[in-house]
Amino acid sequence: MTHSAVVVGGNRTPFAKAGGPFAQASNHDLLTAALDGLIARHGLAGERIGEVAAGAVLKHSKDFNLTREAVLSSALDPTTPACDLQQACGTGLETTIYIANKIRLGQIESGISGGVDSTSDAPIAVSDPLRRALLKANAARSAADRLKALSRIRPAHLKPQAPSVAEPRTGLSMGEHQALTTERWGIDRAAQDELAAASHHRLAAAWDDGFFDDLVTPYMGVPRDAILRPDTSVERLAGLKPVFGGPQGTMTAGNSTALSDGAATALLATPEWAEAHHLPVLAKVVDAEVAAVDHPGGADLLLGPVAAAGRMLARQGLTLGDFALVEIHEAFASTVLATLKAWDDEDYCRAIGLEGALGTIDRSVLNVTGSSLAAGHPFAATGARIVPTLAKLLHERGPGSKGLISMCAAGGQGVVAILEAV
Amino acid sequence: MSALEKVYYSPAGKAIAAKAGLKEPPRLRRGRTWPQGSIVLASIGGGTLAAETMRLLGRSTDDPVVDEGDDAPGYGARIGALVVDATAVSTVSQLEELRALLRPAVRSIERSGRIVVVARVASGDWEAQAVARALDGINRTVGKELRGGATATLLQVEPEVRAGDLASTLSFVLQGRSAFVDGQAWIVTAADQDGAGRDEAPLDGKVVVVTGAARGIGAAIARTLARDGAIIVAVDIPPAGESLAEVANEVGGTALQLDITAADAGRRIAEHVAQRGQSIYGIVHNAGITRDKMLVNTDAARWASVLEVNLAAQMRINEVLLDPATDGGIADGGRVIGVASTSGLAGNKGQTNYAASKAGVAGLVTAMAPDLASRRITANAVAPGFIQTEMTAKIPFIQREVFLRSNSLSQGGLPVDVAETIGYLLDPRSQGVTGQVIRVCGQNLVGA
Repeated sequence: MTHSAVVVGGNRTPFAKAGGPFAQASNHDLLTAALDGLIARHGLAGERIGEVAAGAVLKHSKDFNLTREAVLSSALDPTTPACDLQQACGTGLETTIYIANKIRLGQIESGISGGVDSTSDAPIAVSDPLRRALLKANAARSAADRLKALSRIRPAHLKPQAPSVAEPRTGLSMGEHQALTTERWGIDRAAQDELAAASHHRLAAAWDDGFFDDLVTPYMGVPRDAILRPDTSVERLAGLKPVFGGPQGTMTAGNSTALSDGAATALLATPEWAEAHHLPVLAKVVDAEVAAVDHPGGADLLLGPVAAAGRMLARQGLTLGDFALVEIHEAFASTVLATLKAWDDEDYCRAIGLEGALGTIDRSVLNVTGSSLAAGHPFAATGARIVPTLAKLLHERGPGSKGLISMCAAGGQGVVAILEAV
Repeated sequence: MSALEKVYYSPAGKAIAAKAGLKEPPRLRRGRTWPQGSIVLASIGGGTLAAETMRLLGRSTDDPVVDEGDDAPGYGARIGALVVDATAVSTVSQLEELRALLRPAVRSIERSGRIVVVARVASGDWEAQAVARALDGINRTVGKELRGGATATLLQVEPEVRAGDLASTLSFVLQGRSAFVDGQAWIVTAADQDGAGRDEAPLDGKVVVVTGAARGIGAAIARTLARDGAIIVAVDIPPAGESLAEVANEVGGTALQLDITAADAGRRIAEHVAQRGQSIYGIVHNAGITRDKMLVNTDAARWASVLEVNLAAQMRINEVLLDPATDGGIADGGRVIGVASTSGLAGNKGQTNYAASKAGVAGLVTAMAPDLASRRITANAVAPGFIQTEMTAKIPFIQREVFLRSNSLSQGGLPVDVAETIGYLLDPRSQGVTGQVIRVCGQNLVGA
């Protein structure tokens, strides 16, 4: 592999609660806004980029070419190609890996990865029986046949089908799955609330420092992440009722991510392309790995990153102690805590085929500018939020600083990647 | 739009308003357009600077009609402009020659025509200095008497000024770019310019930083300077980022979300530019705020915020960018532009804080100019009067209409008028213009 893929910068919209200030914005609008901000920050108006890859988890079928359409709506050269990718909550990281791999193979010199989700713009589908009846009526040759087909429709069939966040094979929602993991790994309420409070406090401090001035562009009059609660506290979070795991559960709305709207993008390139465009190089993409667990067989749904990180670190000859910074996506506070425990659990790691435990990390290097609990989690966008944030943080720490990204995703999958400051 | 406003702007309303004496204001000639009619060139006492400059600009000129006591002398057709070389005028009796030139010209000047007097900066004996000031009085009065969007300008030149030093100035004044500059006088000094340079894209490839670029006048500045070839670094506060990105993408520049009052603002601008392997040619300190209250209601907070944003911030930024050690700072031969306001120069009720900051900007560039001369960096300011923006659209209709009409051109200016004046000051050929404050106010009837 002769080429290097570096993160040049990023841009995202602020994230906001579903049905909030971005309720009237579509995935297309949000992704276009994130792209336009990225273009403006880096002076790329009218530029043809090698490829743009982005995706959305909740997507209308009419948006089959969401990313390409957003490119056409943006200030980029309209001859910039694009594709849609989707890997549940890992989408924004998977698109980054896809673009980085193309750059490293010499197929493109520059690329933009991204993701967007709007639970406000979620596709509402019709029920299967209603769809079958309508299709049959449409295909009917006579009025009588058509009437016969339509007569099969029952009132219950008319209920619209909102997109489900339940795992198709277990019928359990992600939160219900995580509640099982939380209990299995003995993650207590206080630890979860502490992690959530720290996320809010760290994100708020980063905003106050102006850290996001060159990572976020306001959208629809929203200047900052709207879910962020700078004044929250462990005490305040402790007062919330559990929402997963029954009355004795420890998972609340405060230590679980909220349904969110937003879009994020990252600009990647070869160092040569960046130099020719007078743009900075923050960090290179070193490696990535995707793993999956057998959650229908009872495995912890959101612990895919354990095997993924283990295999990637073994390949790279690295240990957890080699990382200056670690970003673990906060799907739930307990996901982060269970992941940390699992990484340090010799038996668990051996059971999933690793040589041994990965060890521990100093909590001071974890999610230092907050993560999804405070920022929000527009599913496909989160990976593309983390990549430029971590790249900037590593760059500030100096060349050679390594960072680990760990993201859990629906379907029992985990996506991890390593960035290294250049 | 209020109901009253709708009626006023309806065809019937306009007819009634016209009968009441509120005529629709003239449509001003704008952009890089020359007068339609001929440019008449005259000289009093044998000065040749204006003639040489017109030749350098490649514009042909006609001879003047002179009032010799016949009644109502005039030109056969409308003339586009009268340019009078008064560089050799130093006696009271010579002023009669100017009258004799002005009388026919004022009668025959076309819409958006130009009367330009090129004279010496006050110097010499008592009479010469009195006469120099007399020319200023004439210029201001001609500006007020001209109709149909025509303007008057007095250009005061230093003795060593040659045609090359005056070319960009005379071109700006005669062209539509100076549409809303009326009744003004400013000084052109000798700067050893040969007048060579591009008239169409004078800022080609030059990096210009524009603060407050997300909307209004700032966005117009970014667009106009980009049209003239500049590479725009569009700066505005982070909450304005969305419209800032739009402007940056439109002009093919870069957006820099930055609060100019941040302690490290200057350094961050320099870093942004240095990152791109460039240095700054010009900075336009356009960002500004108002916190209007009568003085009796003005507390320390209102006072501080306006002075901080409008004056102190740009002083700090200048200090960093003008330090020769700053990578990505302002290069020698560069330009610093402040945006003052007629509110600052003339005072305005309810705006003590704003007036302080904006008059301060005028004082700042006057002070900076001589100190930066050795590095061939010029420092100038524009002082907008009533410019029609989203902000002024919020002023109640009748009050706004009164403001709009309270100048010699009977209308508000457009953001582009401010931008064009800034573009002129940024022009590399305007090297001889420094320490000046040019009002873009249509010659406001009140104030200085």
